[in-house]
Amino acid sequence: MDWIMILKAFIVGGTICLIGQVLIDKTKLTPARILVAYVTTGVILGGLGIYKHLINFAGCGATVPLTGFGSLLAKGTISEIESNGFIGAFTGGVKAAAGGISAAIFFGYIASLISKPKIKKQ
Amino acid sequence: MKPIQSKEEYQEYVDQKTPNSPIAKNCFNAFWVGGVICAIGQIIFEICKTRGLDETNSYTIVSMLLVFFSAFLTGLNIFNKIGKFAGAGSLVPITGFANSIVSPAMEYKSEGYVMGVGAKMFTVAGPVLVYGISSSIIIGIIYIIFNTQSLTLI
Repeated sequence: MDWIMILKAFIVGGTICLIGQVLIDKTKLTPARILVAYVTTGVILGGLGIYKHLINFAGCGATVPLTGFGSLLAKGTISEIESNGFIGAFTGGVKAAAGGISAAIFFGYIASLISKPKIKKQ
Repeated sequence: MKPIQSKEEYQEYVDQKTPNSPIAKNCFNAFWVGGVICAIGQIIFEICKTRGLDETNSYTIVSMLLVFFSAFLTGLNIFNKIGKFAGAGSLVPITGFANSIVSPAMEYKSEGYVMGVGAKMFTVAGPVLVYGISSSIIIGIIYIIFNTQSLTLI
């Protein structure tokens, strides 16, 4: 077990979440907008090749936040363009992120089927 | 109480009534909960690596497991409590993405399984996918343009 990496993941991941909290408290952005902003930021940083240094440094501290999801989309797109040409721009991103997207849809669907809606107390 | 006439007055009224959230405490909670989620991810990653999986697959497994836990904790109404406590700490990691799929799906279950669960799942996740995928395609096209002019962007 690499404890240094786990500590780095804790600190970097925590900091990324802290920035999100500051944005919520200071700017009154809705959570949906924050998630969109994070993913788009991740795509841009991933496309510029900056985000991979953060992943090398902090591992899951950088990949687990939604910026990591965005950088995965960008990374997939670029590597697919390199191997398959122009069509890769359209196939690469979703291909790389397919595991996370499929898992979220499938487990989300199953979880909402088995759950009982909470009755709101007045 | 006097009637509210303009938008500014309304904003003032809202500011007056909404309690000031203690930012320092919120930030601290967001930091450590978010950090713990990422650290759990890193522990899963290390376990995958010792089992001989490569890096890309390990990261995918980390995302899938975190999504799984988050979806079922949301289904059991536990995750929403964590969310209230941690704010962005549980929202920004991929757990928040799963939570944003499950909670509207649960809420609109009474509207049926197709237009209720099936459609409302994407109230928050939809925009995330739309902007994420679109911007990755744009990045791809920019990459192609720069590459054909033999400029190395990356």
